[in-house]
Amino acid sequence: MIGIIDYGAGNLYSVEKAVKLLNFPTKIIAEPRDFIGIDKIIFPGVGSAGKTMEIIRAHGLDHKIKEAIKEGIPFLGICLGMQLLMEYSKENDTYCLSIFEGAVHPFQNSVKVPHMGWNEVHQKSKHPIFKNIPDTSDFYFVHSFYVQPKNETDTFGTTNYGQNFCSVIGKDNVIGVQFHPEKSAEAGLAILENFCGNF
Amino acid sequence: MKKIIPCLDVKNGQVVKGINFEGLRQMGDPVEMASNYSENGADELVLLDISATTEGRDTMVDVVKRVAEKISIPFAVGGGIKSLEDIERVLGAGADKVGINSAAVDRPELIKEAAETFGSEKIVAAVDAKQFPDGSWHVMTHGGLKDAGLDAVQWAKMLEELGAGEILLTSVDRDGMKDGYDLELTKAIVDAVDIPVTASGGCGNTEHIVQVFEKTDCASALAASIFHENTVSIPEVKKQCRDRGVNVSDS
Repeated sequence: MIGIIDYGAGNLYSVEKAVKLLNFPTKIIAEPRDFIGIDKIIFPGVGSAGKTMEIIRAHGLDHKIKEAIKEGIPFLGICLGMQLLMEYSKENDTYCLSIFEGAVHPFQNSVKVPHMGWNEVHQKSKHPIFKNIPDTSDFYFVHSFYVQPKNETDTFGTTNYGQNFCSVIGKDNVIGVQFHPEKSAEAGLAILENFCGNF
Repeated sequence: MKKIIPCLDVKNGQVVKGINFEGLRQMGDPVEMASNYSENGADELVLLDISATTEGRDTMVDVVKRVAEKISIPFAVGGGIKSLEDIERVLGAGADKVGINSAAVDRPELIKEAAETFGSEKIVAAVDAKQFPDGSWHVMTHGGLKDAGLDAVQWAKMLEELGAGEILLTSVDRDGMKDGYDLELTKAIVDAVDIPVTASGGCGNTEHIVQVFEKTDCASALAASIFHENTVSIPEVKKQCRDRGVNVSDS
């Protein structure tokens, strides 16, 4: 059972639909007791870092997420859901989940934000999430902040938007992607399939 | 990366296509067509509700829901959006973005409120423009029939200031004519704003798409008939773009 974290702040419909389209059973996680019976977790994250952390703390989801990750449950963070895996985000000066060391920064003023549209992901190291996906495949992005991991080995994919930034982060059972796999056509569905099926 | 966007004009649950916004022909089922484009290289989709009745509008929400279930690329929905409630309904049904046209002309603050409530990246300001004898372009409403008395270039700047995330620019003169995008209009708008502009109206072949990317810095090219009528496939268009040095996605 694939658990999709939805704290009621936004529209997580599309991630759920995409996973269902791939024929994996899903369950919405809105409070701590919903973690029961979940084999894998997807954290889509929508909205702003400050507001989202506030809501998941209020619902007691932050501890459960950390606990599940510690237990070795495969975890996929998407977009803001990836950023919240870091220690700290400059968006609303927010302390996050601290799964990875490093912080979340805004893009420099020289590029248009949000970074919105299709862009390449360069596969820096091998990872099961990239199975059957050619290097430099395009994915769909919508974001104004990016993660900067402290440990270089945590970065599995990079993308260039005025600068190179980490678009795929990973460590043990945790993976984070800055793009929206549910909106990235075939390559995106392959990411979800790899996570739900093989990871 | 430049985007290729098929557009589905939906009336009472069916995809239709007209010339200069009039004379409609039925083209097919929106869900089937959207899903087909999603699987065959489209970077994004636009669904425009051109129903004139409440029944047609309700049908559209159902279409949006069913399209959202089937496709795995972003899509925008426009037509008849008048209020924050309308926007919420469309986004709630699964659309990634909403297009706002006439309602913004009637009440520009709607763009500001919508951007503040839902985020600029979800708000597409649709501008239908028609050239007048003095060479300027006027903003048109009511399906391209009514002159809003606004200069399109000034209006585009205003929409950006109000918080629109992008502009969907349609040439009323070229719509359905298949003789190419209005390059002059597209360039004038692209040069006036910093937000992405989608060129629309007049695409009749692949060359028109390559041209609009070569001659203007628009972010996307929108087309309907050439894809609906299978004149050319999206992968073929993308190949030609690449051959001519236009950076397009490999999706």
